Amino acid sequence: MLTGNLLWVLMGTMLLGIAAGITGTFSFLQKQSLVGDAAAHAALPGIALAFLLTGQKDLPILMLGAGITSALSVYCIQWIVSFSKMKADAAIGLVLTVFFGVGVVFLTVVNHSPLGNQSGLNNFIFGKAATMTKADLTWLFLSATIIIIVSLLFYKEWKLLIFDPMYAKGIGLPIEALKATLTVLIVMTIVTGIQSVGVILMSALLIIPAVSAKLWTRKLSSMLVVSAVIGGVSGIVGTFISSTRTGLSTGPLIVLVAAAIFFLSYLFSPAGQMYKYFRKKQFRKQGEVG
Amino acid sequence: MNALTVENLSVAYDKKTVLENANVTVPSGRLTAIIGPNGAGKSTFLKAILNQLPNKVGKVEILGKLFDPKSLVVGYVPQRNAVDWDFPTNALDIVLMGRYGHTGLFKRPSKQDKLLAKQALESVGMQDFAQRSIGQLSGGQQQRVFLARALAQNANIYFLDEPFAGVDAATEKTIIDILKSLREQGKSIFVVHHDLQTVKEYFDYTILLNKTILASGATEEVFTPEQLQKTYGGKLFMMQDMLGANSLC
Repeated sequence: MLTGNLLWVLMGTMLLGIAAGITGTFSFLQKQSLVGDAAAHAALPGIALAFLLTGQKDLPILMLGAGITSALSVYCIQWIVSFSKMKADAAIGLVLTVFFGVGVVFLTVVNHSPLGNQSGLNNFIFGKAATMTKADLTWLFLSATIIIIVSLLFYKEWKLLIFDPMYAKGIGLPIEALKATLTVLIVMTIVTGIQSVGVILMSALLIIPAVSAKLWTRKLSSMLVVSAVIGGVSGIVGTFISSTRTGLSTGPLIVLVAAAIFFLSYLFSPAGQMYKYFRKKQFRKQGEVG
Repeated sequence: MNALTVENLSVAYDKKTVLENANVTVPSGRLTAIIGPNGAGKSTFLKAILNQLPNKVGKVEILGKLFDPKSLVVGYVPQRNAVDWDFPTNALDIVLMGRYGHTGLFKRPSKQDKLLAKQALESVGMQDFAQRSIGQLSGGQQQRVFLARALAQNANIYFLDEPFAGVDAATEKTIIDILKSLREQGKSIFVVHHDLQTVKEYFDYTILLNKTILASGATEEVFTPEQLQKTYGGKLFMMQDMLGANSLC
C-alpha cells in the first residue's frame, strides 16, 4: 500500500505543509492572511492560460503562469487600496472573485479544447497529490526547500518589519524590499501547493497552522516551529487519507486535518478554552475559601 | 554643532498641508520639548525629520548631515499604540531589535548584542520582565521597553513621540531621569510632549508648533504666556481657567 511513489508524495506534501506553516505565520502576523487567499484563487487563470499558450501540462510552466497571475492579484489589491478610497477587505473580495472568475472561464475553454479532456487541469482546483509525477515532485521539493531556507534567512528582518516597520525604516532596513520578498515567498508557497492542495483551499494551509500555533506559544521562533509541524502533519495525513480512498481530493482532506488540529489547540492549548475554564473554577474556589 | 537644522520643511497628506514652511535650529546637548495643540502636526514633524513620509519638501540636517538611517545616529521611540502588542515576542527580544542595525542583514545578534540589550532593559528598571511576553506588560512597562530599545541602539540623538502618554507616575519619572542622564552624556533628545505643566521642569529647550514652527529657544525664553497664546489660541484660556491663571508659566 505504501508504495515508493506514495512515500515521495507524502514527503512532498509534508515539506509543502512545513513551508506553508512558516510563510503563513509571517503573513498571519502581518494581517495579510486574506491577501494570501486572494493570491491562491488568482493562481487559476495563470494555470489555465499557461496551458492554453503552451498546450502542455508541464508543471514548471503552469507554476510560472500561476505565479504571475497570483503576484499580479497581490499588486492589484495594493494598488486599489493606495489609489482609491476602497478598504482592504473590499479590494481583496473584488480581486479574488474577478481573478477566480476569469480562471473558471479559461478553464472551461481548456476543457472544451481538443487537448482539454486529458489535461486534468480540474485537479488544480481542489488538488490531487496522487497525480503527481516524479518530475512534479522534484519541482515541489526544490521550491519548498527554497522557501524554508529563505524564510529562516529573513527571520530577524521580517520580525522587525512586521512588528514595527517605522523603526525598521529608521535603522536603515530596506523595508520595501523586505515586504516584496515576503510577498514573493507567499506566492511561491501558493504556487508550490497548487497541484497537491489546489487553488481554492491553499490559503487554509497558510492560515490554519499559524492561528493554531499562536494558541500554543508567545514567542515567534517557537510559533514558527509549531506552525511548521502542524502544516507538515496536515500535509502527510491529508495526503495519506486521500491516496487510500481514491476519489477524494487532497486539498479538502489536508484542510480537515489542519482544522481538527486547530480545534484540539483551541480546547487544550494554554490559551485555549479548557485551561481558561479550570482557571476560572480554581479562582472561584479560592474566592469561596478566602 | 547643531543637533537639528530644519529649513522650509512642508508636508502634505492628500493635498492637505499639515506642516508648512517649518524652520528651526536646535544646538546639541539639549533636552527639547515639541509642544502644540492636537492636530498641530507634532508627530508629522517628527516623522518628516526621520524621512518616514513621502510627501515632504525642505531640508533636514541631523548633526550637520542629511539624515542617513544606516548611520544609526538617530534613536526613535514611536508612540506606544503605533504597534500591535499582541505580537508573539518578549521584552528582551524587543530591546534586542535596537541592535539589529549593528548586527547587519541576515546575521544573528551576538553575545555582545544580547548583553547590551540586557543592560538597556536594566537601565529602565525592567530586568525582571525580560522574558515576559509583551502583551502582558502594562502601558508604562511597554513604554520603558521601547525606550530601552532606543538605548540599546546607542544613538547620539533621540526622538520620542509622546513617551508620557498613558503611563504611570513611576514610569514618567524613570523616563525623564534617563533622558536627563542622556543629556549629561552630551546627547540630544527631542520629545513630543503634551503636559504643559511639566515643560519647565523637564526641558531646557522648547519648540512651539502649530502647522509651522511658531517659536523655538531656551524654555525660559519661549515658554511664555504670549507665545503659548499664539500657539494654542483660545484653547489656552480655558486651560488657564481650569488650572488657575499663571500656574503654567
